[in-house]
Amino acid sequence: MVAYRAGAPILVPQFLNDVRALARSFPPCTHVLNGCADRYHFTVGLAAALLSGRVSLLPPSQAPQMLRQLAAFASDALWLTDESGSGNGLPCMTYPRGGPTGSAAQGASPPIEVPQIDEARPLAYVFTSGSTGSPLPYRKSFGRLIGCVREQARRLDLCDAVRWTILATVPPQHMYGLEASVLLPLANGHALCAERPFYPADIAAALERLPCPRALVSTPVHLRALLGSGVALPHVDLILCSTAPLSQQLAAEAERRFQTRLLEIYGSTETGQIAVRQPTRTAEWRLWPGVSLEPDGGSTWARGGHIEQPTHLQDVLEMTGADSFMLHGRVSDLVNIAGKRSSLGYLNHQLNSIPGVEDGAFFHPEEPHTTHTGVTRVAACVVAPSLDAERLLTALRERIDAVFLPRPLLFVRRLPRNSTGKLPLSSLRSLAAQAKPTSA
Amino acid sequence: MSDPVASLRQSSAAAQLDALTAEVAGLIVQALNLEVSPAEIAPDRPLYGEGLGLDSIDILEIALVVSKQYGVQLRADSEENGRIFGSLRQLVDYITAHRTK
Repeated sequence: MVAYRAGAPILVPQFLNDVRALARSFPPCTHVLNGCADRYHFTVGLAAALLSGRVSLLPPSQAPQMLRQLAAFASDALWLTDESGSGNGLPCMTYPRGGPTGSAAQGASPPIEVPQIDEARPLAYVFTSGSTGSPLPYRKSFGRLIGCVREQARRLDLCDAVRWTILATVPPQHMYGLEASVLLPLANGHALCAERPFYPADIAAALERLPCPRALVSTPVHLRALLGSGVALPHVDLILCSTAPLSQQLAAEAERRFQTRLLEIYGSTETGQIAVRQPTRTAEWRLWPGVSLEPDGGSTWARGGHIEQPTHLQDVLEMTGADSFMLHGRVSDLVNIAGKRSSLGYLNHQLNSIPGVEDGAFFHPEEPHTTHTGVTRVAACVVAPSLDAERLLTALRERIDAVFLPRPLLFVRRLPRNSTGKLPLSSLRSLAAQAKPTSA
Repeated sequence: MSDPVASLRQSSAAAQLDALTAEVAGLIVQALNLEVSPAEIAPDRPLYGEGLGLDSIDILEIALVVSKQYGVQLRADSEENGRIFGSLRQLVDYITAHRTK
C-alpha cells in the first residue's frame, strides 16, 4: 500500500509502474520543477525524477516571479503540473490523466522490483526566499532525507508492523510536507493520501474515509479552523503540527477533542525537521540524534546529523541539555504567515523592484489584527506617486505569494529614513499610525 | 396581468437577499479587518485573487465565520466550490440554499 485516493488504496505495483512510465515519458531535461497539487502525483513525479537521474526542484510558491527565478537556477527545468494552466514560459508537462500507465493498468503485473538508489544522490532542491531578492537553493540528498524520516518514525512510534495512513493539509513542496506527508510514509511502509483537504468539513470527511490508525499532518491555522468549525471530529490516532508557533491552549484542545496526542515538529527549510515535542507535556524540544545547536548572540547555528551544511537559524534558543532546548522567539526579519515563509528583506526587494515605486518597506505592524485562524499579516509603507493601490497590488501579486500582500498598504510621501538610510521600526509604526490606510 | 401576491413575495425575497448580502459583506470586512466598507464590495466581482484580493487563508477565515453564523459547512470537493467564492453574490446564494440557521 503506497497511497489512498478517495478512500481507495493504490498498491505498490501500481505505484512502481506509474513511476517507471512517467520517468520514460520525461523529455530531455536534468531538473523537474514539481508543482503537482495531488500528493500521489507529486510523489510519482519525485520518484520518477530520482529514478531517471533527474533532480526535483520544489517551488516555495507558484508566483510567476518565483517560477522565473527557479528557471534561472536550472535553465532546462521541466514544469510538471497536474492542473491546467501554462508553465509561465517553462517547458511544461501535464501529469497524464488516468495515470502514466493509463487507467486500465491491470492484467499480469511483473514481479515487484524495488529500485535501489545511491544515498548520495540529490533528491531535490528546496528554496528559501533569501533576503537579496533571489531564492537560495538547498540541496537535499536522498540518503540523509530517508535517515531523517526513519528517525521520525521512531520518534513518533510509527515503526512497528502497524500500517498507518497519513493525511496532510500542507503542500508536499515544503520541507515539513515533504518529510511528514511524503517521505515518512514512503520510507516506513505507511500510506500517504492523495488529497489535500482544505475546508474543515473536507478534512473531517477525508479522515473518515481512511482506515485506522491514521495521522493528520497539519498546521496551527488548519487546526484552529477545524476546532472552531463545529464539524463532527472523527477519531485520529496522531496529530503532527508545524510551520508556526502553536499555543499550549490549542494543543490541549486538539488533544482533548480528537482524543489523541499532538506532536509538534521544529525545523526549517535549510535543516529539515530537527526536533519534536508534545506541547501538553513539556515545553522542551528533543533534538534528532547527531544534531547540535550553538546559540550565537541573538540566533543559533545548527549542524551535524542529517543537516547538509551548518545553518544559521533565525531563532533564539536556549540549550537545556545535550539534546534538548527551549525556543524563545524569532529574529524579526523573518516573516511566517500560516507556514509560508519569507523575509522582510525579500519582500522589500520585490516591492522596490516595481516600476513606479520610489521607496517602500514592509514591517510587522504594532497591533496586529489577529483573526479566528490566528493569522497576522505584514504591513507596508510605500512612496509611489504614479501608482494606485490596485496597480501596485497587481504588480506585487506577480512577485510574491498572496499571503504576504501588505495589510494595510499605506501610501506616504516619504519614508522616515534616518541619517544612515536605515528605517527604525518605531518610525515606520508611528508613520503608519498617522497615514490613511488604503485597502489591500 | 401579474399576480400581485406573487410579485409581493418576490420583492420581499429580493429584499431579504439584499439584506443577507449586506450582512455577509459586513462579516467579511469584520473578520478580515479589511479597510473597505461592506457596501464597497461589488456583489459580482471576484472575491479571490484579483478582485477583492483575498487569499486562501482569508477563504478559510470566511468559511469559519459562515459556519458559525449560518451553519453552512463549505466543501471543496463539491462541484459548487469553484463558484462559491466567485463573487459575493454567489457566496450569498450558496448560503441561502444551504443555511441551517
